[in-house]
Amino acid sequence: MSAGTADFVASLVKYGLMFAIFINVAPIMNWVERRACAYIQDRPGPNRLGPLGLFQPLADALKFMFKEDVTPALADKPLYLLAPVLALLPAFTTFVVIPFGPDIVVNGRTVPLVVANVATGVLLFLAISSLGVYSLVMAGYASNNKFSLLGAVRASAQLISYELALTLAVLAVLIPVGSFHLGDIVAYQQAHHLWNFIPQFIGFMVFLIASFAETNRLPFDLPEAESELVAGFHTEYGAMRFALFFQAEYTNMAALSALGVTLFFGGWTLPFVHLSGWLGAAVGLATLLAKVGICMAVFVWIRWTFPRFRYDQLMRLGWKVLLPLAILNLIVVAAMTLAGWL
Amino acid sequence: MSVPISWYLLLSAVLFGIGAIGALTRRNGISIFLSIELMLNAGNLTLIAYARQWNDHTGQLIVFFVMAVAAAEAAVGLALFIAVFRQRRTIDVNRLNLLQG
Amino acid sequence: METVIFFLFAALAIGSAIVVVTHRSPIYATLSLVLTLFSMAVLFVLLGAPFVGVLQILVYAGAIVVLFLFVIMLLNVQKEEDAHVDRGVQLWIAILGAVVFLGMFWLAFWRTGLRIGGPAPAPLTEDLVSLKGLATALFTDYLLPFEIVGLLLLVAVIGATVAARRPDSETVRPDDDYVTAEDPSTGPVLPREARS
Repeated sequence: MSAGTADFVASLVKYGLMFAIFINVAPIMNWVERRACAYIQDRPGPNRLGPLGLFQPLADALKFMFKEDVTPALADKPLYLLAPVLALLPAFTTFVVIPFGPDIVVNGRTVPLVVANVATGVLLFLAISSLGVYSLVMAGYASNNKFSLLGAVRASAQLISYELALTLAVLAVLIPVGSFHLGDIVAYQQAHHLWNFIPQFIGFMVFLIASFAETNRLPFDLPEAESELVAGFHTEYGAMRFALFFQAEYTNMAALSALGVTLFFGGWTLPFVHLSGWLGAAVGLATLLAKVGICMAVFVWIRWTFPRFRYDQLMRLGWKVLLPLAILNLIVVAAMTLAGWL
Repeated sequence: MSVPISWYLLLSAVLFGIGAIGALTRRNGISIFLSIELMLNAGNLTLIAYARQWNDHTGQLIVFFVMAVAAAEAAVGLALFIAVFRQRRTIDVNRLNLLQG
Repeated sequence: METVIFFLFAALAIGSAIVVVTHRSPIYATLSLVLTLFSMAVLFVLLGAPFVGVLQILVYAGAIVVLFLFVIMLLNVQKEEDAHVDRGVQLWIAILGAVVFLGMFWLAFWRTGLRIGGPAPAPLTEDLVSLKGLATALFTDYLLPFEIVGLLLLVAVIGATVAARRPDSETVRPDDDYVTAEDPSTGPVLPREARS
């Protein structure tokens, strides 16, 4: 087996592993979300199906599969059918640049534990996640429905506005490291024994707020707000298609959480742990998943705590508050790096 | 077997030709714009191909600038389309002929 | 392997380019353009320019084409009808023009020899592919164009904002909703001065 083929097979195996993990995000988050929101709202939540309602996601999946599939009469058929599928593509492609462990040695070859070991790392993540706008736009346009179109236009405006602040916050993290590769960023944090959210706190806050807006989660979920726009861009989607949108949203959340955790909280590393080999890989993966889990719990917590932003407040926040803050953060970090403090 | 650079140049020429045909034959202003973007991309491909041939960054850097200029042009052009649409309620270029004759 | 990827994405690029140019609905044309840009990004990566390729997706496919889509949805651009052309003379002129054009190509190749399938380029150097080499060149040799392009983008943003603004004389009516604009194919609305 030549070197190129071996690398390719290794990448496939790694992708299979990450895919298997990320595809379970939606059902697990479904249960977590409903139990957590019930707890916050002082009510039991789903508790009939299995112990603690653990089989609720299974029941939901069955429901989605057997529900009647209605297509609007005047909908633009190809786009209508393509939109949910297209929503999944960025969600299941962005996590390929997240490293989940130290380099391991298999059959004499050093295998870095990241599916796509490319130099463009973070930039690739941002590029592919920016393609998520298209599924929203297609869904809204093809549904032949005023509410869907309005929801789609609002959602895409929100997404591209907050993408800027997100990118600038990420850029500030890259300046001291000098590389786009996420493995280098993790190594930098490990070498300096300091997770990035401490010296770059403003950048971290900008990233956090922008990632809420990027994933259409409360307090920025106006595009799919039930009390405002029926259900926004996915009004006309029922059954399995809605399940695909649902899955795409949660997987996007998980991928963006993984990015945030890698950039600001040390990724797969723990403060004083330096394992290597297969044990190190397993511990690294477990650490990464634990951190992503905590981040997702924060997403859920904030969703059920804050009220929703109005659309003009949302745009004002994105352009007039977060963008200047992100630029300020960039300048400060650049100055600190030049001065040698970072 | 590796791909010789002339194949990339041929592809770029074909894409440029397709874009040119689109820009010359469409009536919809937005479609003309899309064809122009296609032509710009074909030019980018040529630049990157030559950058590869001579192992020189210059081609890639020129592509950066071309992308920035294309973005600026798209923004201004589409803003103009919106302004024209507000006045004339159409962007069919055959009907936007007030300066004719 | 490289050849396979090249042919696959070149075919995809040409196919979606033809759809961009021929499809009657502007939304489908725009989405085809995204496919074209994506395949060209892959070709850029194949040519040892991964950063330019990723930037192509980030900037072109992720921002510029979204802007196109916004404007198409805002202006409610309808499908084009087929043009009513006078077939007779125009067809023959077009054929003559195409023959002359191709004849030019034939002449050019006959003089210098058809050089499809030249030698493969030298192996990629680290300097070409790496970020460091690119960034060093950008911020030292090409610093002036970089700053000028920044200024150009600023000018474009200001210009676009001003050009697309509602004129001050019109008041904003609450039902002035572009989503339900009238069908633009009912004919142009000529401003008063142009009616002669």
